[in-house]
Amino acid sequence: MNFKLKKIIPQLITLFFVILIFGFFTFNAQINMENRGIEFGFGFLSQESSFDVQFSLIDYDGSHSYARAYLVGLLNTLLVAFIGIVIATILGVIVGIARLSPNYLIERSAAWYVEFFRNIPLLLQIFFWYFAALRALPLPQDADSIMGVFYLTIKGLYTPSFVWENLDIFIYSVIAVLISITVIRIYARKLQEKEGKQLPVFSISIALFIILPLLTFLIGGVSLNFQVPVLKQLSTTGFIYEGGLRLPPELIALTLALSLYTATFIAECVRAGIQGISKGQKEAAASIGLTPNQILKLVIMPQALRIIIPPTTNQYLNLTKNSSLAAAIAYPDLVLVFAGTALMQTGRAIEIVSITMLTYLSISLSISVLMNWYNKSIAIKEK
Amino acid sequence: MFKLIKQLTSFIAMLAVLFAFTTEAMAAKKSKTLKNTQKKGFVRCGVSQGLPGFSNADASGNWTGVDVDVCRAVAAAVLGDANKVKFTPLSAKERFTALTSGEIDILSRNTTWTLSRDADIGLTFVGVNFYDGQGFMVRKSSGITSTSQFKDGTSACTNIGTTTELNMRDFFNSKGISYEPVAFEKADEVVAAYDAGRCDTYTTDKSGLAAQRTKLSNPDDHIVLPETISKEPLGPVVRQGDSVWEDIVRWSLNVMIEAEEYGVNSGNADSMKTSENPAIKRLVGAEGELGAAFGLDNEWSLRIIKQVGNYGESYKRNIADTGILPDRGPNELWTKGGILYVPPAR
Repeated sequence: MNFKLKKIIPQLITLFFVILIFGFFTFNAQINMENRGIEFGFGFLSQESSFDVQFSLIDYDGSHSYARAYLVGLLNTLLVAFIGIVIATILGVIVGIARLSPNYLIERSAAWYVEFFRNIPLLLQIFFWYFAALRALPLPQDADSIMGVFYLTIKGLYTPSFVWENLDIFIYSVIAVLISITVIRIYARKLQEKEGKQLPVFSISIALFIILPLLTFLIGGVSLNFQVPVLKQLSTTGFIYEGGLRLPPELIALTLALSLYTATFIAECVRAGIQGISKGQKEAAASIGLTPNQILKLVIMPQALRIIIPPTTNQYLNLTKNSSLAAAIAYPDLVLVFAGTALMQTGRAIEIVSITMLTYLSISLSISVLMNWYNKSIAIKEK
Repeated sequence: MFKLIKQLTSFIAMLAVLFAFTTEAMAAKKSKTLKNTQKKGFVRCGVSQGLPGFSNADASGNWTGVDVDVCRAVAAAVLGDANKVKFTPLSAKERFTALTSGEIDILSRNTTWTLSRDADIGLTFVGVNFYDGQGFMVRKSSGITSTSQFKDGTSACTNIGTTTELNMRDFFNSKGISYEPVAFEKADEVVAAYDAGRCDTYTTDKSGLAAQRTKLSNPDDHIVLPETISKEPLGPVVRQGDSVWEDIVRWSLNVMIEAEEYGVNSGNADSMKTSENPAIKRLVGAEGELGAAFGLDNEWSLRIIKQVGNYGESYKRNIADTGILPDRGPNELWTKGGILYVPPAR
């Protein structure tokens, strides 16, 4: 009893002080806001925002509400974080493995890349890609096409857009492929456990991925056309491309900077993970006749991943939070649109900053939960 | 005996409460902000991060500009020295929070007076020290000479957190033109992006365009279009709730404008004490008790004129002579065809 009390009391005291501090801040803010005639409330979220945003994934203009503007900012943040994480992971794994390459040239250039990019402040890199690299890009009218349909200009990357017919049938076929691949994998595993036979799951999957969607084109009535961007004149020297899809240079610069920067850290995680596996594992695997590919896939990677995942989760979180530097180069992310323009137009600093903070917290926690779950699923299951 | 003591103490307590209330009421007449400012010995003034002509710091950290002069005038009035100002450079985004949270006492940062800002967020605008309007800057080579030549797909660079963003939408919507807003947090980045060719046009207040144009790599390759798409009355702002401080800032500005109207400037202010005109004598503190109304001495306005100068001097020094906007346009006195008209200081 006494022992239990001893354990609980310090916790109670801590809790008391935490509540006291929070209470003090809330109280203090309340008093000061009242003194200055500022009201607290979230009613402004339903008001018309009356400002436009350069780039939005959902339908939005100034006649929509502030809540919708918040959603626009949030989606743009998630977009840049998602693309950044994908590119950083791919690049990071490649560079991480390259750093262990026996080839001197590959190993050195990977090392140089890591040391160079991780030691320059991220904001400077963003400015470099946006301002220095942007200035080097041609104006739309001077741009040479890439493969006849892509145009990389100072105003963005113009690509052909897809014009689908019967897109739903195509999507159903892709879903069908995914389900059948899962079934085949389960069957293949059982077959191996029971009879020791191995199915070429990978080749079957690829074949399915090609054949089924192709069938929808041939007999399902699905068709795909491309709309190619066409040069349009705005003034004597002002041009843009019309039709097709446009990626704003702000998005390109930001993703480039974020993923090149974060990839260096992921590369180090990967290297550490692989080097953390003792040589004996590899030699033992080789001695029972596994091929080098099998060694990497069945012995090294499952163990290395356990070392790689936790620090890599950190990098994913960093990348997501760093994406808020977007405001510096006019990419309309959550900070620029909501904690910037919307805050300015409404003057609701406390409300908007709290919403923004809670949003980043939720995004980070979601990534954390997801990665922890993945980490657990690959961890050694001890009995 | 014990009862008596008890009664006595309660009586004293009541007296003390009553006394506290009356002194509180008397103190309310004097401004809290004024008291704090006099105690600190400097005026806390929020300015821009660098807009030539309005508020700009030179290499040695000296601030100049018409917005800066408003704060200097207040410092001259309440502290007797126009140099006793602490300037805080603020972005458009930070400015109102800095003022409402009490970090600064005057916001003099080319801020547009609008209904929602005045009424909604705990601010009070005290006057207008520059009448401006939003315009567009384009490259000369584009051949555009009027906003009517803008076409669908025009990209416009600007700052976030300004009325500019809202006006731009109103303008393009009313013309039925689809446009791409590219909004940056800082003015320097807007200039760099526009200069690089990211945008077809740069839009902000015309005075701002004139000032930022000087920062472009080839200023002569760019023109400001003649159209003005909005009213932008720029002026100093104070916190809501201190009406005496509000009056001090308002009349420090008004005195500068009125001084120009009556031909009183930093050079002749002292000799004007013997003027025949009672309006001039009031302005330089030789007649009346105008300062007493806000708890200042009678020479407060004289100090403003002597140390900072009248509005015309401030404009000439900061905006005309620097080549930003040599023509005063609407910022000329009402007697000379402009719209500068202030209530009489009497």
